Amino acid sequence: MRTRKQVYLDYSASTPVDPRVIDAMLPYFGEVYGNPSSAHKFGSRAERAIEDARMTVAGILNCQPSEVVFTSCGTESDNLAIRGAGWSARHRGAPSRLVTSPIEHSAVTNTVNQMDELMGFDTEIAPVDKFGIVDSEIFGEACKCGGALASVIYASNELGTIQDLPLLSQIAHAHDMLMHTDAVQAGGQLDLDVERLGVDMLSLSAHKFYGPKGVGLLYVKDGLELAPSQSGGGHEHGLRAGTHNTAFIVGMAKALELAYDEKDERLRHFTKMRDHLIQGISDRLSCAELSGHPDRRLPSHASFVLHGIDANALMMHLDMHGVAGSSGSACKTGNPEPSESLLAVGYSEDEAKSGLRLSVGAQTTEDDISYALDVLERAAEKLGKLKREMAP
Amino acid sequence: MSESNTRVVVAMSGGVDSSVAAALLVERGYDVLGMMMRLWSDEALGGPAHNRCCTPEQMSDARRIADQLGIPFYVLDSKDVFRNRVVQYFIDGHRDGFTPNPCLQCNRHIRFDWLLKNALALDADYLATGHYARIDQDRSGKYRLRGGVDIEKDQSYVLSVMGQSQLARTMFPVGEFTKQEARALAKKYGLNVEGKKDSQDLCFLGGKDYRDFLRLHAPDLMQPGPIVRKNGEQLGEHQGLSNYTIGQRRGLGLSYDVPLYVLEMNPADNLLVVGTGEELGRDDLLADSVNWVGGEAPARPFRARVKIRYKARAQPAMVELRGEDQIYARFDLPQRDITPGQAAVIYNGDVCLGGGVIRKFEEMERARGRSETELICN
Repeated sequence: MRTRKQVYLDYSASTPVDPRVIDAMLPYFGEVYGNPSSAHKFGSRAERAIEDARMTVAGILNCQPSEVVFTSCGTESDNLAIRGAGWSARHRGAPSRLVTSPIEHSAVTNTVNQMDELMGFDTEIAPVDKFGIVDSEIFGEACKCGGALASVIYASNELGTIQDLPLLSQIAHAHDMLMHTDAVQAGGQLDLDVERLGVDMLSLSAHKFYGPKGVGLLYVKDGLELAPSQSGGGHEHGLRAGTHNTAFIVGMAKALELAYDEKDERLRHFTKMRDHLIQGISDRLSCAELSGHPDRRLPSHASFVLHGIDANALMMHLDMHGVAGSSGSACKTGNPEPSESLLAVGYSEDEAKSGLRLSVGAQTTEDDISYALDVLERAAEKLGKLKREMAP
Repeated sequence: MSESNTRVVVAMSGGVDSSVAAALLVERGYDVLGMMMRLWSDEALGGPAHNRCCTPEQMSDARRIADQLGIPFYVLDSKDVFRNRVVQYFIDGHRDGFTPNPCLQCNRHIRFDWLLKNALALDADYLATGHYARIDQDRSGKYRLRGGVDIEKDQSYVLSVMGQSQLARTMFPVGEFTKQEARALAKKYGLNVEGKKDSQDLCFLGGKDYRDFLRLHAPDLMQPGPIVRKNGEQLGEHQGLSNYTIGQRRGLGLSYDVPLYVLEMNPADNLLVVGTGEELGRDDLLADSVNWVGGEAPARPFRARVKIRYKARAQPAMVELRGEDQIYARFDLPQRDITPGQAAVIYNGDVCLGGGVIRKFEEMERARGRSETELICN
């Protein structure tokens, strides 16, 4: 095979684990291996590490350590929040209503759908504008009748758009509804102060901020009643049964700590790289239209609709030249469904199969960006030509 | 151009032939990448509706083999173009009273056009498939399409739609081997596919009956109508013309003093024409949409062998041109299986010269001749 440059521009999908995070994790495989729930010294040492991690996280979220629940991933956190709040509301005889947006991650969408279909919950979906911002007025209308929970994604994985969470939380609370946010994409980049955001629950996943895969957390506001979605031993205040994954929890806390210690320089770098990408694509690809909000977007996130380009085929072309990107519809089985998020902001089915997401990270260089732009320009040209040739 | 600088896209199906093709090319040092097309299948037929060419199992087999060979693997969404070009052709053909061969249509419009163009757009120099056929050049440099070494497995029939520009960009690595040798190679390369069976039915039916498919997509074709003899004598009622194929004897629901066979379908009057064994069979055919592999039609009538179905043997005939893209072939001996909609493919020895689509009998009568028969593809 021809050797060629590799450029990773899919940090929104996952990030490499920071070597400092790996160092922090290593002792918890072979040295400190006790079960944190055990009463002996082996257990206590592991428990100490977990409680230290909880303190670290709580510092960044500006909450009490007891309000942090460790889980196995962002999806699990979303499941626990929605299912837990929904079941608990039903148990109390409170209204079984769930309010959400059309641009949620599938961890939220499919959980809400299942509760609707199998358990008779009512679902309200508050629409978004063309930038992906939730319409706060309709959101307010939807919350008016009260209900178990509102859940709105903090920063969209596909559009990069950042919601006004303090406003939405205020609206939900005015109608006695709990407010949850999937902050998985926001983690490591945006303010996670739960006081300022006003949320009752917030989901995070470590591998989006240079931590390991397979570990996440849910902030659960003190006093809030949740039915555990995974029952068993009494771990995590009875909210999430299962032996703690000590090394990964330590790793997540370390990664989060580093992200917020180094936030200013990281974000400066992300923003610079992202803006080069957006500028370059807008200048060089006549078919490209920025999707999502022009300003209120994640510093690492650039997304486009490439009119007339099959995103699935584009991913193949980029990969052939070593460039890793993503699209809301491309899939490994060649059976793309239009991106729900792009449909929700008003694009057509064809346009919603033409999404491109490039996301930058700590390792991204100027050189990477200019290489990726060259590859992208050539690929778009070839695919455009192919499409014209194949037109019936 | 050295092998390592020559990029080849291999159309992979997860089966023996294309997997061995990929392995051979990797071994020869080419810059290989694997590709599978996601084809359309009929979800309305119910059940797990996967196109036979791209079931989840085949996709994961192909992906595993690509991984084992250390080559990239991609799946190309080809549903729309396949539906428009191949499936529609199949439905329309039946509607017009033909027994169409969608595999040739697929090779013409999907594999060696859509897929080839996609491969070339990825800077590939060649597209390779697991077909049992060979490509070489004659003294003047013209590309020739030849049958595979394994005569039983020869697939040049379905490739007769190819022209010079496609052959110049195509490789058939397993065409040099017999199926048995290909299985042995699969074993040698450790591909773990050597036990797989060859596929038979139409890929987009997902293992379902084509009659159910037509009932759904062309219900008008499934109207009962009279069964008649050539002289107009009515013998019974048929259950919709698409249920029958030429030469069919069983399942007609007739009792008669001699065995009767389907001679012809007449969709204009919804008639199923039957007759005796002597009436079945004719010694000529007319074919149109003719493709000449070499690029130009022969100037004069010529002796050749003509194959009228994928699994038939090529039979000696005299072939002459009729107009722009038509040929008329007169066989030395009557053939029982001439079926409108199937391809008539012309050979000189093992060199495939081209082929066309067999026209209906009434047109042949006009071109002169007598009568008929069967179907299916690869």
